[in-house]
This record gives sequence, structure tokens and C-alpha cells, in this order.
Amino acid sequence: MKHLIDIMELTTEEIDQMIAVAKDIIKSPEKYQEKCKNKKLATLFFEPSTRTRLSFEAAMYELGGNVLGFSEAQSSSAAKGESVSDTIRTVGAYADIIAMRHPKEGAPTVASVKSTVPIINAGDGGHNHPTQTLTDLLTISREKGRLDNMTIGLCGDLKFGRTVHSLIGAMSRYENVKFILVSPDELRIPEYLKHEVLEKNNLEYIETTDLEGAMPQLDILYMTRVQKERFFNEQDYIRLKDSYILTPDKLDNAKEDLSILHPLPRVNEISVAVDNDPRARYFEQVLNGKFIRMALILKLLEVK
Amino acid sequence: MIIGKIENGIVLDHIKAGEGMMLYKILGLDSLDCQVALIKNAESKKMGRKDIIKVDRIIDVDLDAIGYVDPGITVNIIENGELAKRSHIDPPDEIVNVIKCKNPRCITTTEQELPHIFRLTDKENRVYRCIYCESKAK
Repeated sequence: MKHLIDIMELTTEEIDQMIAVAKDIIKSPEKYQEKCKNKKLATLFFEPSTRTRLSFEAAMYELGGNVLGFSEAQSSSAAKGESVSDTIRTVGAYADIIAMRHPKEGAPTVASVKSTVPIINAGDGGHNHPTQTLTDLLTISREKGRLDNMTIGLCGDLKFGRTVHSLIGAMSRYENVKFILVSPDELRIPEYLKHEVLEKNNLEYIETTDLEGAMPQLDILYMTRVQKERFFNEQDYIRLKDSYILTPDKLDNAKEDLSILHPLPRVNEISVAVDNDPRARYFEQVLNGKFIRMALILKLLEVK
Repeated sequence: MIIGKIENGIVLDHIKAGEGMMLYKILGLDSLDCQVALIKNAESKKMGRKDIIKVDRIIDVDLDAIGYVDPGITVNIIENGELAKRSHIDPPDEIVNVIKCKNPRCITTTEQELPHIFRLTDKENRVYRCIYCESKAK
């Protein structure tokens, strides 16, 4: 039985295969309408999330399956002090597959050890969020027709942003990918990522504070939110949150075929005026999230 | 300063100066009821200064814990006053319940029964990471 806890557990072949399935779902959704008939997905959200939970639920419904679960820890037995291991063993008796989000880092790993059904990590604190990365990869693949030979700009909170860390890890395995890392000095990517991923794999990367200067080189611009909940100190948050706001004028020097992505939700780091630009692809990205989760559910349930 | 020879026991030698007390605690030597000597800052030709621990009984020591603290440590088993075995320890691939994860966001902070497990992720730099949250061991 396979789980998905960390994107790096998947080989590039497995990722490519899931992307192919997702593209086929987009092309012929009717073929998949009953693939998960009589199967149940449990969404265990110990921490609130709108889009990830709804995306999983929509994915399962579109596969003809059913969904059960809870959307906050207060409405689960965790509020009574039940351990993750016990909750998972109990839910495994009711569901065929589990998507869980938990505020504590490593909770899905603990769950996977005891679970009798596949576990999907739907986010564990600031640690991993592999289905967001799969969403990003499907989006890049659909936008560019490839996952290699490109320059990706990552902008915003590169220190705490788990989506950025996972995307760098996943993209580092494809040929000739160059990273331009745009952030304030306080929010640069962690040293261990530089040493253990970028430098270890001899990847080309540039760190800069200048978004407009980097813009002409980019094939993909991945914007992120400076997240309040990742700061211990509110003053630091207020000082840094507006550092990198994308406005239409900053796109003057951008390539015609640039794709602007964002894991959402945004606060103000992309001006609403940018939404009308054809290069803004973040709402298509949301839709891709549902399709890749459908492909993932099929894979983990071993449905042909 | 003279610390007597032991007849049957263990000598942990070549401990980096200053790390003896940490090893004493990690190995739980404070709970033993036999004689235990912790010698700090002993002179060493090879190391300049070193720490040494002598235990006046042959006990099962956690070799993984020793390998985690410092793979340069030598473990000498003494039987009938003679050196019976000398071992050099490799850094273990995994350590269980030797140290605790310090990340306040790690699942081990709330799930009390979980074993604290760290894996060697970078052999060259001896980096251990928590298997749950991947935080670096400190």
C-alpha cells in the first residue's frame, strides 16, 4: 500500500504518469465518472482549509465516490485528546483512503505507520504539502508542455513557504531548470535547501531582491504569500508583508508567454488588476488541483 | 590525579573535551550503582585534551548513542584487568530515543508515546534529521 506524505517519495516517472492521467481526465471526464463508485474518501482536517478540502471532495465526487470527514479539530475526537494514530485506525475502518491536514509537522508520517488505508498528506504545518506541488507541476506542464528547460522565478516568502521548498525539490529533478529566487533578505530560502538540493544537484540559481530585474528571464513566476501564521513576531510580519506586490506595470518587461502562478489564497501580493492579464494562470491552477487529486486518488486506490 | 585501574568494566576513551557529561547523561550512567568516573580535560597526545568515562562494571551501552555523540570515541571492554575488546563506532544510520526533537511544531510534542527517531541524512557532515518533521538534530 502506498501513501503520499512527501512529494520526493514519488519518482519523476510516477509524477509524469499522474500528469498524463490528469490530462486525460480533463480531455474525457466521462470516462472517469464511476471509477471510484462505492469508494469513500475521509477528509480529516485538524486545521481549517477551504480550497484543499473542497478540492479533494470535488475530486472524489467527480470520480463517483463518496466523502466523509471533519473540517476542524474541535469537531473531531482530537478535541477529547485522542492521538493521531488512534484516529487513523478508527477512520480506516470506515474509509478506503484518507486525506489529512494537521497543524503538527510529521503527523501524516505517524498516521501512515498505523493506517490500514492509503494516507494523503494534505498539509502538515509548515512542512509538506505534496498535492499543492502536484498541482503546480500539472499547471506548469499544461502551460509549457514540458517540465524541463525553463527558468522559474519564485517570489515572496521563500523561507517559510512550504510550497516553494517542495516545488524546488520536485523541479530539481528535471533537466536544465534554472531558479531565480526573489525575496527580501529576511525571507531567503533556508541554507539547507541551498546546500542539500540546489548545490548538491549542481542547479543554477540566483538570489535577488529585485523582482523587476529578474522578470525578463522568467518562463514561470511563482508568487507566494507572506503568511502571518508563520511569524512569531507580528511586527516582522507587518514590515515584510508588502515587500513584493505584483502589479501590471511590473510585467512590462516580462515574456509574452510567461505564466504567473500562486498557490492561493492571496492577500495583496498580486494586484487584482493582474487578473485580467492572460499570463495570470492562478485560477486555472486551482482547477488543475482537482484534476491531479483525481489522478492521485486513482493511483493510490490502484483503480485502473 | 589518579583514578584506579578497573578489573571488569568499560572505558570510553577519546571523548572530545567537554562532551563527557552529555554522554554520561545520554547513556543514563547516573542510574548505575557501581563506581563511575568521568574525567574531564585529560591530557592527550592525539587530541590535546579529552574526556574519559570509566565504568566499574560491564554494562550494555547504547553504541548508537555513542556513535551519534562522536564516532571518534573508543569503547574498551576490560575483563580481568586486561583489554578484552576495543571498538571504534561508526555513526549510526538511525538513533531511537537518544535525543528529542526540539521543533515546537513537531508531532512528537503532542503525541507523547511516539519514539523520537532521527536518521543520518548527510554522512559527510553528520547531519541527523527527525523522521517526522525533518528538523535537524541540535
